[in-house]
Amino acid sequence: MSAIIHGAGAATALSTFNFKTLVAPCRTNIPGRSKRCIVAAGSDDDASKSFGSSILTVRHSQKLIANAVATKADMSATTGTGHELLLFEALQEGLEEEMDRDPHVCVMGEDVGHYGGSYKVTKGLADKFGDLRVLDTPICENAFTGMGIGAAMTGLRPVIEGMNMGFLLLAFNQISNNCGMLHYTSGGQFTIPVVIRGPGGVGRQLGAEHSQRLESYFQSIPGIQMVACSTPYNAKGLMKAAIRSENPVILFEHVLLYNLKEKIPDEEYICNLEEAEMVRPGEHITILTYSRMRYHVMQAAKTLVNKGYDPEVIDIRSLKPFDLYTIGNSVKKTHRVLIVEECMRTGGIGASLTAAINENFHDYLDAPVMCLSSQDVPTPYAGTLEEWTVVQPAQIVTAVEQLCQ
Amino acid sequence: MAIWFARSRNIVSSLRHNLNLSGILVQRDHSPRHAFTNSQLSSRSVFLDSFTSLRHESTAVEKQLDLVQQSDEEDPQELNFPGGKVGYTSELKFIPESSSRRVPCYRVLDENGRIIPDSDFIPVSEKLAVRMYEHMATLQVMDHIFYEAQRQGRISFYITTVGEEAVNIASAAALAPDDVVLPQYREPGVLLWRGFTLQEFANQCFGNKADHGKGRQMPVHYGSNRHSYFTVSSPIATQLPQAAGVGYSLKMEKKNACAVTFIGDGGTSEGDFHAGLNFAAVMEAPVVFICRNNGWAISTHISEQFRSDGIVVKGQAYGIRSIRVDGNDALAIYSAVRSAREMAVKEQRPVLIEAMTYRVGHHSTSDDSTKYRAADEIQYWKMSRNPVNRFRKWVEDNGWWSEEDESKLRSDARKQLLQAIQAAEKSEKPPLTELFSDVYDVKTKNLEEQELGLKELVEKQPQDYPPGFHI
Repeated sequence: MSAIIHGAGAATALSTFNFKTLVAPCRTNIPGRSKRCIVAAGSDDDASKSFGSSILTVRHSQKLIANAVATKADMSATTGTGHELLLFEALQEGLEEEMDRDPHVCVMGEDVGHYGGSYKVTKGLADKFGDLRVLDTPICENAFTGMGIGAAMTGLRPVIEGMNMGFLLLAFNQISNNCGMLHYTSGGQFTIPVVIRGPGGVGRQLGAEHSQRLESYFQSIPGIQMVACSTPYNAKGLMKAAIRSENPVILFEHVLLYNLKEKIPDEEYICNLEEAEMVRPGEHITILTYSRMRYHVMQAAKTLVNKGYDPEVIDIRSLKPFDLYTIGNSVKKTHRVLIVEECMRTGGIGASLTAAINENFHDYLDAPVMCLSSQDVPTPYAGTLEEWTVVQPAQIVTAVEQLCQ
Repeated sequence: MAIWFARSRNIVSSLRHNLNLSGILVQRDHSPRHAFTNSQLSSRSVFLDSFTSLRHESTAVEKQLDLVQQSDEEDPQELNFPGGKVGYTSELKFIPESSSRRVPCYRVLDENGRIIPDSDFIPVSEKLAVRMYEHMATLQVMDHIFYEAQRQGRISFYITTVGEEAVNIASAAALAPDDVVLPQYREPGVLLWRGFTLQEFANQCFGNKADHGKGRQMPVHYGSNRHSYFTVSSPIATQLPQAAGVGYSLKMEKKNACAVTFIGDGGTSEGDFHAGLNFAAVMEAPVVFICRNNGWAISTHISEQFRSDGIVVKGQAYGIRSIRVDGNDALAIYSAVRSAREMAVKEQRPVLIEAMTYRVGHHSTSDDSTKYRAADEIQYWKMSRNPVNRFRKWVEDNGWWSEEDESKLRSDARKQLLQAIQAAEKSEKPPLTELFSDVYDVKTKNLEEQELGLKELVEKQPQDYPPGFHI
């Protein structure tokens, strides 16, 4: 089975297109940590076809998602065969393929077995792989995370599911002190190739404890990688890449994005864990976002285009480490940055990203970096209040107008 | 612990659901809902057959109703609840908080090193016994010299194992080399037994270039994948759920090995202790949990740590077979751990061992235990209840050890250790590149930048950095 590695399209939008088809994760083939090794080749999306043309459109710009919980997305004009599925099915497909490929991959978490997982990401897996490989654990996040770490140190590749990201706060000690650290403190003797995943973010009136943005809390932990998926395509690709990675990876899913529908390739592919995704190339301003906010940004982009602006939208995808190469190239082109995130203002991903951009690309900025985040409040239950804590498209439009004056 | 038996007309059915509680849990009935199959990896394992059923199948509602209807005992004094049948009583009676009699302690050697008549134990050959004694004595010498080295300021920190040599060495001797050990921090004897050299111990304590941990951890935080000994992590009890994970991994791969993990009496208060035991029991994972009940958690005496009869009674709360052993009796520890290991591997179940012992030394070099306990209590345990002396008497009585052997061993060990310390001290510290490696498998961009930045800084101002500090 030939594996086609699909690039995020990030570099390709800005530089000469380089057709290098690589098999399997590139990091083992390329010395050092080159991010440019993964490139789209023969893909079925618009990106590869329209490079170099003046109207550079990547598929998503043609289907601005009207609301974040789109259940029927309009199909992009893909020519190849592919199959349509929902985001949670894409995650499941990625997981199943990896479990078929490597008998060391196993899943553990609450209700992941015969129940199929609270969000059905592990549906059917217990029937196929058995009760032991898709393990229902008692309720103790710290314990099953610790268990995953112990199993990983002994050679397995566990995928640990937190029923909700917020519950993983109970596993913070195992994640920080052991998961992130043991490879280092053991002098490289033990590796911890775990994937910790689960739904997070603000949902629909789930209350404060079920609306946590854990990426803020975890971003400082050395030794872990963090990625956030936002489409069925990158969900499957990131899941597979995370499982294959030798480092512990935290994969952030979003409660409201599980039912997004998209057509994804039939062929095997993985996404680069450290790469950002170019959603919509543009000239006037760089909008950096991830996860659910991507859809709010794209909705705002629709309005902005009508008003005559040309925003460049990048889904940063890799929350730790940031893909400063892609981001930097974009900043050098547009000279204006708007960050749209769901984290709280204080100490969120946006705060770190703002600092990184200011430090690295200060000379290229024509305006201060602006960051739209949620307020520093626990997420309230009441629907109207909850809506106001999440950045809305109208705010994004206003912010762009302000920055582009 | 007194438990009342259900008054049932059908004694058999009531006995099936009640437990024999005279200290050791012997047999437990399994309803069809338990256990796992491991269909994917390889052929069905023989020892899983008696417990095998696809759990998710048995939770189908129709099956449950069938189970109920199949029950032939139309017993009006039994109630059906999730989890099985339970007898009932109309007597309002609480289970007492503790048993009138404490769980007895298994021992083989008396204080004078003589085997107690009619003891159950696994015989130990001369070769093994001598090897065990040599290691116990070497451990003593090692502890003494490293402790002194810390006091002299040559290493920054050390934790001794004084008083717990028997737990360390005898348990290690009872395990197979492939058994994965997850230590707390007071078990260097296990590593010593497995072949970690005195030089390697010294290298870790000095954090030099030759340290397998590359100078990243505090002294006594040893780790060696070659010896199946997981790197010590300071927070207490975090290794217990990890041990359940190791057991799970071994079970999945059908290896003839178990996970063995150590914890102190204080560590059993941590949440991870309860979760780790519970998980291991539910997973039916081959894990041996060894609790060194040495009476003290820094300055907290066990009377302030828990109110149960020690740790052994907690095993039953999780459905785990447990035993209380005299931790200062090397032969008893050897037999208990050996049996536990066999049970864990053959029956795929966790086992809990509570080793009663005493922490003769201070908690660590940062502690002065005379501040919170009587000096004569320490003396008593050091002199009269010393596990090394006790085992020595037995070995000598058998004619396997002599005074000359003793002095030779101790002086050799001492000499080797002093040499090891000198060599470790002189050895270079890890270079700057080791600050940034192993955070990930391959350095990320930001780490590369940070490394470059630091390199430039050091090159520009070498006088600000310690001599011999090199890139």
